[in-house]
Amino acid sequence: MGRRLSGFLFRHPRVRLGALLAAPLGWLVVVYLGSLFVLLLAAFWQTDEFTSEIVHTFTLDNFRTLFERDVYREVAWRTISMAALVTLADAVLAFPIAFYMARVASPRVRSLLVVAVVMPLWASYLVKAYAWRTMLATGGVLDWLLGPLGLSGPGYSMVGLWLVFTYLWLPFMILPLYVGLERIPESVFEASADLGARSFRTFSRIVLPLALPALVAGSIFTFSLTLGDYIAPGLITSEQFIGTVIYSIRGQALPLAAAYTFVPIAVMVVYLLLARRLGAFESL
Amino acid sequence: MAESRAARLLLGLGALATLAFIYGPLIVIGLYAFNANVTQGWPIDDFSTKWFRVAWEDEAVRHALWASVQAALGATAVALVLGTLASLAVARYQFFGRETISFVVILPIALPGIITGLALQATFQDVGISFGLLTIIIGHATFCIVVAYNNVVARLRRTAGSIEEASADLGADTWQTFRYITFPQLRSALLAGSLLAFALSFDEVIVTIFTSGAQQTLPIWIFANLARPAELPTVNVVALFLIVVSIVPVYLATRLSREATGVPGGRR
Repeated sequence: MGRRLSGFLFRHPRVRLGALLAAPLGWLVVVYLGSLFVLLLAAFWQTDEFTSEIVHTFTLDNFRTLFERDVYREVAWRTISMAALVTLADAVLAFPIAFYMARVASPRVRSLLVVAVVMPLWASYLVKAYAWRTMLATGGVLDWLLGPLGLSGPGYSMVGLWLVFTYLWLPFMILPLYVGLERIPESVFEASADLGARSFRTFSRIVLPLALPALVAGSIFTFSLTLGDYIAPGLITSEQFIGTVIYSIRGQALPLAAAYTFVPIAVMVVYLLLARRLGAFESL
Repeated sequence: MAESRAARLLLGLGALATLAFIYGPLIVIGLYAFNANVTQGWPIDDFSTKWFRVAWEDEAVRHALWASVQAALGATAVALVLGTLASLAVARYQFFGRETISFVVILPIALPGIITGLALQATFQDVGISFGLLTIIIGHATFCIVVAYNNVVARLRRTAGSIEEASADLGADTWQTFRYITFPQLRSALLAGSLLAFALSFDEVIVTIFTSGAQQTLPIWIFANLARPAELPTVNVVALFLIVVSIVPVYLATRLSREATGVPGGRR
């Protein structure tokens, strides 16, 4: 039986391919894409005001509400600005270490550093956010560190949250940037030096333009992860973000919450299209 | 090297500072696990290991730990099978829509976790599946597939398909070829993929909150107890445990295969 099936599979490569793809595609299409479809469709349903039940009649009211109420626009704007600021901070912070890994460190140190950056990327997100909540507390580690300089930590503020997001997504920026910088041929640096450029000029005229696709690749993560986050904002501030709003209204008004998910999805689609233009996908 | 000595020194210092920034908070939370006091002041003036005992004897923590282990094992098993099947198809066959498969596999981890979570929650509710361990596993497996897939596909791309053809030419049937040729080549990639999938599932919280119902996993237990000052010493111990359990498999996986260092994308 096994032998005959085996022979049949050997003679029919298309059947073999179908057998390989059936389970994984079935799972992803039914469970995942199906769920996404259910969610996006829910954005067009209504919530009965008295019973809080979902009424399956098509409407664009949810989108109208999101557009007309100032609070939703403000929250979306706040979230997108935060994502942009976090991305900027991560890009600046990631450059020295990525450059060091790619061009200065010996191969041994380099592979150690790669592991050192990869490991915290997988460490529990919640634990990292919680660690920052502890450190940002009044009289916590940050106040203690900055005290001798006559400063105090940012506390539970927007600046504090900005710091936390920057911390959480930093490894996602370092890794693509490191890969991108490593790909720049040594001769380009030598040519720049031969032509009389100093370090800074080489950096701004050579390294930065060549590393741009890698920077954009990293920024996809820093941007997208900030856009959808609902736990860190709740732990660090009392301000509302797209994620926290979706999370808190989903119980009473799932259709409105579903409609609000269109904002991060739309932003990310535009972002991904721009990123592809800039050649970021080759750097992933 | 074209960089001047001063520039190299500055870069080295910058790299060190970044590493300190990355590891500082993890070390701080590790130290807090040994804080004897219930209040979370700094600097810690009294150290003790008593909270490890308290955490170990806590019924809720034990239940959550067991649920996390079951969820991670279940999700890893499903993701490993599905990811391997998909990677064999993509790496060894030419077909219409091949690029789309990589995209669909990555999607659950590329979209913000709140969208994946909310979508699964809405669907489970519609279909009428009750929330619990099963729904947690379904959710985790969905975004863990990419981890297994990436590891196996990278390995398959580095090994030639011609060996499998040679095996068939020598009279081996499909199973024999898989058993004696394909599988041994994939073994370490499969192990690395499962370690990473386990690590990813074990501490996942963003999607889990939506799919867990009343069932607590360890991260959910932490999340539920953050607001209780009296529980914070136990939270610190569990947090340290979660860091160790997620970092050790990743360390082993990077040792096992070079592919494992790949960015997993937004897991959240």
